[in-house]
Amino acid sequence: MTSNTKPGFETLAIHAGAAPDPATGARSTPIYQTTAYVFDDVDHAASLFNLQAFGNIYSRLTNPTVAVLEERIATLEGGRGATCVASGHAAQMLAFFSFMEPGDEFLAATKLYGGSITQFSRSFKKFGWNAIFVDAEEPENFRKSMTPKVKAIFVECLANPGGVIVDIEAVAKIAHEAGVPLIVDNTMATPYLCRPFDYGADIIVHSTTKFLSGHGNAMGGAVVDSGKFDWAQNDKFKSLTTPEPAYHGLNFYETFGDLAFTIYGHAMGLRDLGPTMAPMNAYLTITGTETLPLRMQRHVENAKAVAEYLEDHRQVEWVSYAGLRSSKHFKLAQKYLPKGAGSVFTFGIKGGYDAGVKLVESCELFSHLANIGDTRSLIIHPASTTHRQLSAEQQKAAGAGPEVVRLSIGLETVDDIIADLDQALAASAR
Amino acid sequence: MFANTVKPSFEKAGHDSYPDTLIRKILREVKVIAMVGASPDWNRPSYFAMKYLQAKKYRVIPVNPKVAGGEILGEKVYASLAEIPEKIDMVDIFRNSEAAGPITDEAIAIGAPVVWMQLGVRNDEAAARAEAAGLTVIMNRCPKIEYGRLNGELGWHGFNSGVISSKRRKLPEKA
Repeated sequence: MTSNTKPGFETLAIHAGAAPDPATGARSTPIYQTTAYVFDDVDHAASLFNLQAFGNIYSRLTNPTVAVLEERIATLEGGRGATCVASGHAAQMLAFFSFMEPGDEFLAATKLYGGSITQFSRSFKKFGWNAIFVDAEEPENFRKSMTPKVKAIFVECLANPGGVIVDIEAVAKIAHEAGVPLIVDNTMATPYLCRPFDYGADIIVHSTTKFLSGHGNAMGGAVVDSGKFDWAQNDKFKSLTTPEPAYHGLNFYETFGDLAFTIYGHAMGLRDLGPTMAPMNAYLTITGTETLPLRMQRHVENAKAVAEYLEDHRQVEWVSYAGLRSSKHFKLAQKYLPKGAGSVFTFGIKGGYDAGVKLVESCELFSHLANIGDTRSLIIHPASTTHRQLSAEQQKAAGAGPEVVRLSIGLETVDDIIADLDQALAASAR
Repeated sequence: MFANTVKPSFEKAGHDSYPDTLIRKILREVKVIAMVGASPDWNRPSYFAMKYLQAKKYRVIPVNPKVAGGEILGEKVYASLAEIPEKIDMVDIFRNSEAAGPITDEAIAIGAPVVWMQLGVRNDEAAARAEAAGLTVIMNRCPKIEYGRLNGELGWHGFNSGVISSKRRKLPEKA
């Protein structure tokens, strides 16, 4: 396209990062199912190993199929670059690995995907990274919890599963005043519904397993860099701004400027931690992103209809969907998610634990499983499954009380989705 | 680059973004580049860029008074632009924004058609003088990164190239 026109989101979702294969003209992105790449000569190899030339060495670090997806996601988010990894959890590990040292801290919202809370509070502890959990409903809480050891703030744009929206702009301001980046998990919203960089976020992480791939068939994660955060503004981010012994004293930020964070993600993160995305999964996710705008439109349309149906149902105590006027997050949803508040939300069923179990088991169309962001509608009763190991108090605090049911609304005919819930609710009351 | 330099101010129009057509034209037409601030230290950014540009068949002549008379990547190092006995198509400035001012004036004096200031380097006053003298000025960009962006190499590493095309990627072939 001519260089001065800005392509629309739908065009980017199909074309960004991809081009006909230079060797064969293949139009769909080839799956480069290879572990390694030949060097032209010893000097070429040395240039690659020293990060002096662009090119591939070994698929743990870079792969041409994965790179297409990386550029696609970076472009859709309006970022500078992206590092794709094996899962959303790997994305979080890699993002923090770029600047955290043992003894460092970061602030994280209390309302996060349960798996992230466990990763932050248990496994990250083994690296000496300490998460401080903060109630994000009041952004000022982040300012109050700031310490000199804090290196970042982490929030989910649209929290899983509670229908909670974080005021990204306000939190970004607090992060920047403290000289640290804001990391936003944008899995639930996707760049189609919200672009956190537009509100001051510095790094975005994704579980691409969810809406980006969209078909429940490919694991993956992504770390996206805005390229705008100044890592040299203070001495907090030494791994990016001081000589790196593993690359003979290379200073990443000085050498690569706004590319530094993403190059570090590949050259250090993927090289040493190793959570590489498989080329096949990248290919499936590339195919998924091509229809992201269409799918998200239908996901939010269906979700809103289902949420409205449930809100009026006599067996339903409450519905937590930010797209409903009754939600306390409705106003923030209008600002950050004007096209729709995602398609994952929770509701409370009258009759508590037993009714929840019966509802889930009575569904015929909804699939009973622990995932979100599939073409298929999904249902889970957290108290009897994902949050089973927690105490009653812990379950309640995590938004997984005995009455809570989580839905991920898919792309089936909306009348069929509602009819299935209707018959299952009736069955659960028997 | 951001570590040692004053952050460039971007309020003036005209140098915040450059059309790909302009960057392509420069990279296609330029043959001989004088790199001011080229370092003999193999892990310095200027060394990276020089090596890359050489691999892309550009002749790169290093300028660095501290190591004048020596060699970097097989090329003789000069103390100043004025001392280079050859015709220069582009002056690539690997110095801070302030130092870029007098270097730009030297570039005007030797009749170089293009002044290119590296990522993080921007001097609007110098750019205005150069443009008044008929030079083309690019600021706050790296020719290596731009070359890699336009030929698809940057995409190998997951960067947003801004290129949308249904054609096979081609190198910006030199005239």
